[in-house]
Amino acid sequence: MEHKNLNLTLKIWRQKNSKEAGNFVSYKVSDISADMSFLEMIDVLNEHLINAGDEPVAFDHDCREGICGMCSMYINGRAHGPWQGTTTCQLHMRAFNDGETITIEPWRAKGFPVIKDLTVDRTAFDRIIASGGFVSVNTGNAKDANNIPVPKDDADKAFAAAACIGCGACVAACKNASAMLFVSAKVSQLALLPQGQIERETRVLNMVSQMDAEGFGSCTNTGACEAECPKEISIENIARLNREYFMANLKKKDYL
Amino acid sequence: MNKFLLSSIGKKTVMAVTGLFLISFLIVHCGINALIFYNDGGETFVAAAHFMGTNPIIRTMEVVLFVGLVLHIYQALLITMENNKARPVKYAVNAASSNSKWYSRSMGLLGTLILMFLILHLKFWFYSRFTNSHNEHHTLYNDMQEEFQHLWVVVLYIFAMISLAYHLVHGFYSAFQTIGLNNNKYTPLIRNAGIAFSIIVPLTFAAMPIAIYMGWI
Repeated sequence: MEHKNLNLTLKIWRQKNSKEAGNFVSYKVSDISADMSFLEMIDVLNEHLINAGDEPVAFDHDCREGICGMCSMYINGRAHGPWQGTTTCQLHMRAFNDGETITIEPWRAKGFPVIKDLTVDRTAFDRIIASGGFVSVNTGNAKDANNIPVPKDDADKAFAAAACIGCGACVAACKNASAMLFVSAKVSQLALLPQGQIERETRVLNMVSQMDAEGFGSCTNTGACEAECPKEISIENIARLNREYFMANLKKKDYL
Repeated sequence: MNKFLLSSIGKKTVMAVTGLFLISFLIVHCGINALIFYNDGGETFVAAAHFMGTNPIIRTMEVVLFVGLVLHIYQALLITMENNKARPVKYAVNAASSNSKWYSRSMGLLGTLILMFLILHLKFWFYSRFTNSHNEHHTLYNDMQEEFQHLWVVVLYIFAMISLAYHLVHGFYSAFQTIGLNNNKYTPLIRNAGIAFSIIVPLTFAAMPIAIYMGWI
């Protein structure tokens, strides 16, 4: 493959902390290898900033293998940038052209307040999971894997939903900053499996209630979340969430 | 049940159910009005309109329809306001068209256009119903004939039907998704039926003022 180096202008959102107002600052970076990942390109910028005695750009990252869900940048108007099914760390600079200006913003949502620069507080997702995104299992010896039969189709759908890494791109891309793709993936992966049946109703009731309390918007089925999700989680899960929530409300013992 | 209706999913469900109800109304309204295409001087159409205007069940449904419409609009305003609050700081650059269709993001705008048309539409037909005492010499069909002689009225109707078509393309499928119907078996059918419905119904409606203006009927 042909190798090329890029000279770019970066328009990056800088914000000291959650209290102060932020603004865009433009930086020039030169000789960026097209084989670099997007985060490596930011690393290069930060090294220059540190050498010049400036504050480096704060951003979230961890595994840099596309599986942890930490990286979160809104690049040129898209969550995780222009590539489909890709996290920011797996986005490579060959996606961009020499001389291009790239605008980089943090996720924007009431439920995801900015902590610093491109870093946002995603503990709202943790609180949603804590409200019901689990199965209670008694301790003891692990059961044989095939003791509990699971239909293949259900297992596949649960597995596809479980691929969600909780990065928040769905919220970032949604015009309503709705967290329904995330919540629906987490509800689905457990509702589809036998182990998730015991807490099936309380789980969906509590998770939706927590989701609403965190200030996320509601779904208007534009499908933007599905299109931008790095794990390509289907909005079929949102339909399942709606069903689960409706049925749980009907079955709830104190429903009136 | 109160908690359900006040939740984000509950509000969407109300939108979906009232939306589907309004879709069912469109079928009836479009079907009856299409009777003018019999081209029998409006005889069949006037008979059907007379039935609709006098049958007690239909008259009751008229009230239900009005309530459904108001609920659909009220919920839309409520959801839109809440959703706006969910993103207090907007993006400087947002490439929304790369991940979703413009009409799916513009349901509020399309709905407002339809509502503005509806106010004019209802004003005229209420006026027609309550002031022009219809008799065998002057029927609702005659009112239609007179109204659609004005070019601006015809253009307004066509424009409104384009808005309705795009509103339906997203709304039809969206209602089923919200009430939880999305699977490999039925979703392609719902998608296609929704597109067909969004073309056929507004097109039939738009054909009425056009046909009358052109003097075809």
